Amino acid sequence: MPNATYIALIPLLPLAGFIMLGIFGRKYFKNTSGIIGTTLLLVSTGLALYTAYGYFFEYGKVDGVYQKLVPLKYTWLEFSQGVSIDMGIIIDPISVMMLVVVTFVSLMVHIYSLGYMKGEERFPTYYAFLGLFTFSMLGLVVSSNIFQIYIFWELVGVSSFLLIGYYYDKPSAVAACKKAFIVTRFADVGFLIGILMLSFYSGTLDFNTLIATLTSPESNGYKTAAAASFMGVSALTWGLVLVFIGGAGKSAMFPLHIWLPDAMEGPTPVSALIHAATMVVAGVFLVARLFPVFAISSPGALSIVGYVGAVSAMIAAVIACTQTDIKRVLAYSTMSQIGYMMFALGVSKYGGEEGLGYTASMFHLFTHAMFKALLFLGAGAVIHFIHSNEMKDMGGLRKYLPITHITFLIACLAIAGVPPFAGFFSKEEILLAAYQHNPTIYWIALITSGLTAFYMFRLYFSIFWNKDASPSPQGEGRGEVHHGEGGFAMMMPLVLLALGAAAAGFIPFGHFVSSDGKALESEFHLQFSILPVALGLAGIFTAMLLYKKQNDKPDKIAASLSGLYKAAYHKFYIDEVYLFITQKIIFNLIGRPAAWFDKNVVDGLVNLTGNTTLKISEGIKRIQSGKVQQYAIYFLAGVIGLALLFIYVWK
Amino acid sequence: MIEPGLYHLLFISAALFFIGVYGFFTRRNLVTMLMSVELILNSVNLNFIAFNKYLWPNKLDGVFFTIFIIAIAAAEAAVAIAIIINLYRSHHSIDVENAEEMKF
Repeated sequence: MPNATYIALIPLLPLAGFIMLGIFGRKYFKNTSGIIGTTLLLVSTGLALYTAYGYFFEYGKVDGVYQKLVPLKYTWLEFSQGVSIDMGIIIDPISVMMLVVVTFVSLMVHIYSLGYMKGEERFPTYYAFLGLFTFSMLGLVVSSNIFQIYIFWELVGVSSFLLIGYYYDKPSAVAACKKAFIVTRFADVGFLIGILMLSFYSGTLDFNTLIATLTSPESNGYKTAAAASFMGVSALTWGLVLVFIGGAGKSAMFPLHIWLPDAMEGPTPVSALIHAATMVVAGVFLVARLFPVFAISSPGALSIVGYVGAVSAMIAAVIACTQTDIKRVLAYSTMSQIGYMMFALGVSKYGGEEGLGYTASMFHLFTHAMFKALLFLGAGAVIHFIHSNEMKDMGGLRKYLPITHITFLIACLAIAGVPPFAGFFSKEEILLAAYQHNPTIYWIALITSGLTAFYMFRLYFSIFWNKDASPSPQGEGRGEVHHGEGGFAMMMPLVLLALGAAAAGFIPFGHFVSSDGKALESEFHLQFSILPVALGLAGIFTAMLLYKKQNDKPDKIAASLSGLYKAAYHKFYIDEVYLFITQKIIFNLIGRPAAWFDKNVVDGLVNLTGNTTLKISEGIKRIQSGKVQQYAIYFLAGVIGLALLFIYVWK
Repeated sequence: MIEPGLYHLLFISAALFFIGVYGFFTRRNLVTMLMSVELILNSVNLNFIAFNKYLWPNKLDGVFFTIFIIAIAAAEAAVAIAIIINLYRSHHSIDVENAEEMKF
């Protein structure tokens, strides 16, 4: 059995860092806070790797099936028999994998930030927030209780809010962090209602019991949940869809994705953390955690997951082709890749060969964490060098940033699905799963993978080729050699992640992570891979033709597709639709009447009470005249009155 | 000559009481008001004496009470006069109408 103490330490060490740096950082650890945070996380990472080794190779497997172990369970708040909020740790293949991914990527971001954020005014605060973010996400993945996951879910929301709004003197950052918080919070309402419904029918909040109850057709909870229906859909499906809405909010699925591109206002390493390991994969993780319930009890809810994922993947890829801010391109590519993970879950079934989508989704999550962190950190290095996010300010940087160039290229190849890089293997599995179960989604995914290759290499060529070496578009001295790539602290994570992005695909993932815990032999079909790889290469060559040298072809194509191009450039006007709905409809129809009611009725009642009191006191204050004899008269009158009462009335 | 009975004494006591009350209400001079209060107190004393003499002639409670009240009245007069002197020092007058600051 695993030792609960050191597994608990994995999330608790970043928390300790948060508390220490948050309270004392600005006074005592002005310069050392980065080292402290990084060291703590290094220990966490070591423990996570140790746990993973122990789980996967020593004690996790019983009779060829990976077990769900609960080494720690502390009942925190008990509502009634069996229904309690626990603080616990669950150890199963996905949570162990997530522990490794989260700590590793977070460690890379911590190290990278040592260079990237050097000299920032609020350096200790930054590391404190990073620690909180890591803690929340680690707590989320090991949660053994659905309410515990909700608590950490909200903590993730709060810490992302803090980090996106890190530059709080920039109005756009403030707006972005509010947007991220409100949108995800809005989705979380769905999650909460979903939790209530699921726990109501299963009679528990504990994951293992809940899944066991809701997946066995004989249990009472399952029967009532399947029998109760609302608008023709069973209560169980409603509950799962509501839970998925929460997941879709955090994972930036269409149409709740609007916060993701704006979240780029945070420091670039934070974007890497949000996009690669924490926050956005939380939704995927949640669906994976409840996957048996989705797959066995409610295929309807699961197909919603699949279609939402596929649509998000497609839309995001189209938008990414038109954006000019490099971080926004990466943001949409994240959304697209998360869409992949979602629909991979959506097309999957529970157990055995049919569960390929589940394995593929988790595999893609794993490889995506590597190359997306790498892409963001690489983009950070570029932005650090050029002091701009805009593609047009870049070009020809390969001479100035050789390491960034190579690692970025590896990441692009990985995300485009070019063998033998990591993305190829996971994407291949996803496409295979989709091909077996849902041809519509398969075709969407195929087109999206071509688009992915195109927009990633559009990005790559625009940054590193295109123009001839003119690294300082604005101001002088910015691109000079002495500025360099950003030192060892920034380059080491890039190299490590590049190794991961290049090699992670060779891990036989199906052996470790599968929907039912049994090893899954992933077959490799050469003839199946030809089409996606060909499409990917086609995307790359198109991008090369258009963007390798500076020319006017891209503009011409954009002009010839003006309607589509404009729509995609404006992100299909989804932000505008939201603005219209909120500002025109909700504000006018609900907000204003509510404000009127508040101002006139609620405030009116309060003011009425106050004014009445005032009037009465104005009237009766004259009694207190200051004349002693007058008081004596009142007193005597009172005495006489009482005497009369006692004599004649109450004899 | 009529032997004075309980009612005669009670009448005198009531008369004294209301004379005192009248004086307390109408005089503006604090010393006069203090004297009126003494009248009220003495009317009460008279009541005690009268009830003691006519209703429980073989007991002394009423007499004790009277002596007690006289003693308290002396102390009270001392305090009252101290207040009056302080008032005079601050207002240069012992007229109650000049001491009306303590109001709304």
